[in-house]
Amino acid sequence: MNVNPPIAMLAELTHRCPLSCPYCSNPVELTRREAELDTAQWADLFRQAADLGVLQLHLSGGEPVTRRDLVDLVIAAREAGLYTNLITSGIGLTEKRLRELDAAGLDHIQLSLQGTDADMADRIGGYRGGFARKMDVARWIGEIGFPLTLNAVLHRQNLHQLPRAIEMAVGMGARRIEVATVQFHGWALMNRDALMPTREQAREADAIVAEARARLKGVLVIDYVRADYHNDYPKRCMGGWGSTGINVAPDGLVLPCHAAQTIPGLVFDRVQDRPLREIWYEGSAFNAYRGTAWMPEPCASCERKTIDFGGCRCQAMALVGNASATDPTCIKSPHHAALQARADAFAAGTTEFTARAAAG
Amino acid sequence: MIGADDIPVIPRGVRMQFDRVRDRWVLLAPERTVALDEIGRAILSEIDGARSFGQITAGLAARYAAPEDQIAADSRGFLGALVERRFIEVRK
Repeated sequence: MNVNPPIAMLAELTHRCPLSCPYCSNPVELTRREAELDTAQWADLFRQAADLGVLQLHLSGGEPVTRRDLVDLVIAAREAGLYTNLITSGIGLTEKRLRELDAAGLDHIQLSLQGTDADMADRIGGYRGGFARKMDVARWIGEIGFPLTLNAVLHRQNLHQLPRAIEMAVGMGARRIEVATVQFHGWALMNRDALMPTREQAREADAIVAEARARLKGVLVIDYVRADYHNDYPKRCMGGWGSTGINVAPDGLVLPCHAAQTIPGLVFDRVQDRPLREIWYEGSAFNAYRGTAWMPEPCASCERKTIDFGGCRCQAMALVGNASATDPTCIKSPHHAALQARADAFAAGTTEFTARAAAG
Repeated sequence: MIGADDIPVIPRGVRMQFDRVRDRWVLLAPERTVALDEIGRAILSEIDGARSFGQITAGLAARYAAPEDQIAADSRGFLGALVERRFIEVRK
């Protein structure tokens, strides 16, 4: 198989975070601070990533600004030649620190939005006063001139705020908004009843995005992750397993995607033990679902197999107990009809949720 | 549509870089990478935030001994797509 070099790396610098969003993409088992890679280990990894072909680096978490060495990490990333993006809730950022990040060469900021008003945002994030602080951060970002993407995470409880989120992105001078419907892994899977959009909401969001894309052409780019339980075809997860991106957990575990640890039997390498190049090309976890040879029917003979690569492996694992199965959000999966019925049942569920735990 | 007097600008957060692993030039933008062919690179290299689109295409036509209409049409299409993606800005 011809394996291309990766283009992007998501560095989960820490699992620590002041927020406790019920859809957090971190694993349910959080890594403790003592186990996090240190500054020199991350800097070395960034150089290895650039040598391997990575161009885009996403500094994420948890909340990456809880790392005291964040400015040094940005300097190291830029020295390695990487386009450096900070994915943050804004909580913990001061104007002074933003100016230091600017001087360090930070290229871009992606600011998350838990809701479009304090009531919603602070309830979902579990942090009183968080929305007001985020609005301060958005203003400083604009004053300094960082390119900004607003990342609106949407679910049944806040999908009605989508039009306002788009308006806010324009008002902040963002070039881009990610309209990200919650994907159900880890914490979100635990809170599926509270977060699952209704079918009507999913259709309405499609229409709002289509209208806004036409109206805001050249002003705001809208990237849209749909509610896949209510659709007919699965998402092209990670652009295809082991084809485009690498995730690195705070403790140095190298993953094909952020939820890969939910698949039993996969063995992951650590950057402390093996060169990144070897992990990418030879690591067993990266090769497990790479390409199309692993596919069973109906994927193997499907005309869409190189469009969506059978969807999401972690979702197949979570929903039908088999990571090699067709993602059941696909209309060709024998489990599709049952899933759609279950999605409607989840969407009729309670609004109570379990907040994400704190990382020690 | 980009007019002859408009001034294209590469905004902050967008830059050209040589991709040494894949042996090609790329345009790096927020969370996106665009592979550039020789023509794309030539067009983007001319953007300095001062010269107009018309001046840029006239210069390229002279340098490559190509019809200016053709160069302008190709450049307008190429840059127009980048404007839509917010990778390039245009000052009127």
